[in-house]
Amino acid sequence: MGQIKLESVTKSFGPVEVIPPLDLTIEDGEFTVFVGPSGCGKSTLLRLIAGLEDITSGKISIDGQDATHVPPAKRGLAMVFQSYALYPHMSVRKNIAFPMKMAGVPVEEQNRRIEAAAAALNLTDYLDRRPGQLSGGQRQRVAIGRAIVREPGAFLFDEPLSNLDAALRVGMRLEISELHKRLKTTMIYVTHDQVEAMTMADKIVVLQAGVIEQVGSPLELYRAPRNVFVAGFIGSPKMNLLTGPEAAKHNAHTIGTRPEHIAISQTEGTWSGTIGVSEHLGSDTFFHVKCDGFDDPLTVRAGGEVALKYGDKVFLTPDLTQLHRFDAQGLRIA
Amino acid sequence: MATQHSRSAARIMMAPAVILLLGWMLVPLLMTLWFSFKKYLPLRGGDLGWVGFDNYVRFISSSSFWPSIQATLIIVGGVLAITIIFGVLLAILLNQPMWGQGIVRILVIAPFFVMPTVSALVWKNMFMDPVNGLFAHLWKFFGAEPISWLSEASLQSIILIVSWQWLPFATLILLTAIQSLDSEQLEAAEMDGASPLSRFGYITLPHLSRAITVVLLIQTIFLLSIFAEIFVTTQGAFGTKTLTYLIYQRVLESQNVGLGSAGGVYAIILANIVAIFLMRIVGKNLDA
Repeated sequence: MGQIKLESVTKSFGPVEVIPPLDLTIEDGEFTVFVGPSGCGKSTLLRLIAGLEDITSGKISIDGQDATHVPPAKRGLAMVFQSYALYPHMSVRKNIAFPMKMAGVPVEEQNRRIEAAAAALNLTDYLDRRPGQLSGGQRQRVAIGRAIVREPGAFLFDEPLSNLDAALRVGMRLEISELHKRLKTTMIYVTHDQVEAMTMADKIVVLQAGVIEQVGSPLELYRAPRNVFVAGFIGSPKMNLLTGPEAAKHNAHTIGTRPEHIAISQTEGTWSGTIGVSEHLGSDTFFHVKCDGFDDPLTVRAGGEVALKYGDKVFLTPDLTQLHRFDAQGLRIA
Repeated sequence: MATQHSRSAARIMMAPAVILLLGWMLVPLLMTLWFSFKKYLPLRGGDLGWVGFDNYVRFISSSSFWPSIQATLIIVGGVLAITIIFGVLLAILLNQPMWGQGIVRILVIAPFFVMPTVSALVWKNMFMDPVNGLFAHLWKFFGAEPISWLSEASLQSIILIVSWQWLPFATLILLTAIQSLDSEQLEAAEMDGASPLSRFGYITLPHLSRAITVVLLIQTIFLLSIFAEIFVTTQGAFGTKTLTYLIYQRVLESQNVGLGSAGGVYAIILANIVAIFLMRIVGKNLDA
């Protein structure tokens, strides 16, 4: 069980209000990702849920029970920290056993759960090593193991993959997703990486300056961003946002079109421009096209084997059915 | 430092410092060994020739020898215990965010800047004096009979004075060690359900073990040779005669350089025995 409900929760550090009143419900078994740029308050929000920071006002309930003033250990949540926060002087086995030891779990039960967690996380061969002798990915798994054995109501992950190299990050992303499918426990995951958010989440919460900009499934956010911020944040590469006369043609203050929704042609199209930098990824090519009359270059996706190069004249045609329109306040026009 | 040339250049450039330090150590050591085998009484005939191991036998068979070893070990042990226990507690206290932290930290370090002679005199005359001392007034205020500290509780008084001087050192080293403790570790332990006391025992104390070892070793080196505190307070009376003080008495009060030098050699042996024991007990903490 692990339904978490925040009701008009605020947090101030002295006179600075980091989180203005905020309401959010995380359903039992859901994989929720908090995503936003650095300093948007997503880690603070996670620490409020964990109980590591006191909320300034409002109410947090876990499974319908008021948990606002419950100490962290009694909330039934387990947290995986960015730095892993393993205990360096203890072996992997003792690290994983620590929460059970504190809870007074009998030794046989402790050993049973350690063996089970170690088997699930491929740590069996490393149980007697110290954290200092492990690689980054292994440390990450130990931290997850330490969380699993508590059999918590929900897992909290605070940017757990940001210290890993790119290849390992993709692997751990899969492992955490699989873990969620297997355990079916609520997970809250904080990241600044929208790719992690898109690939892992059941529900994404986009935050900016402590304010929830939009909540929804990855595809909802991709298809219908509620405002310009979400439009620019979700999707990779970023959506092209245009203002001025071009937007006015569509009765909007700002229009947005994703790189994958622009057709590129050498003969005809709506906009004409010159190719600047091109990024060849093999499967795709991203062109940065400097268009006549626009300040910023547009990013356009093309196939992997397109024979266009720097300085070529091209024409671009946006897919009008996939055009996003926003008003002067930055809100989506339906 | 890869090439043959740069390595030999480095050796030549380091040589003056190494030679100077080596001489600084070897000359006194060799002179001590030299004199310890001689009957040398500067005011009563000077160098009276070789006497073999006579000085060594006389020094160790003196009735003051074993009590002086005992006093030395009690003082060293007592000061170590007090400075490390209170050093850890003070370091934890000073690590808490509080108003006026900078000033409090400087104040805590202050005793370390006071010369041993001065601090011992201040303690002797202002605190421990049985008539005018602050402690005497305090005792009288509660209707108790003032204690003449330096004669009735002489060893404890010396331990108190020396601990006061060395507490800042221990606190400082332990404070820097505590500051390097990753706060996420403590938070993780808190999430794992550890009480403040278990967090101290399972996280903070193991983290401090290396710093405690450093404090233990460095302080032992200096505490084995404390002198000024005894010289200006009890003058070695009331069971406070340490090995260092006994050697001083033999050389300067009895004007017997040979006998004192033999004592010096014993002091070297004692220091090495203590060092071996300490390294056996805590040395593994220094391994990375």
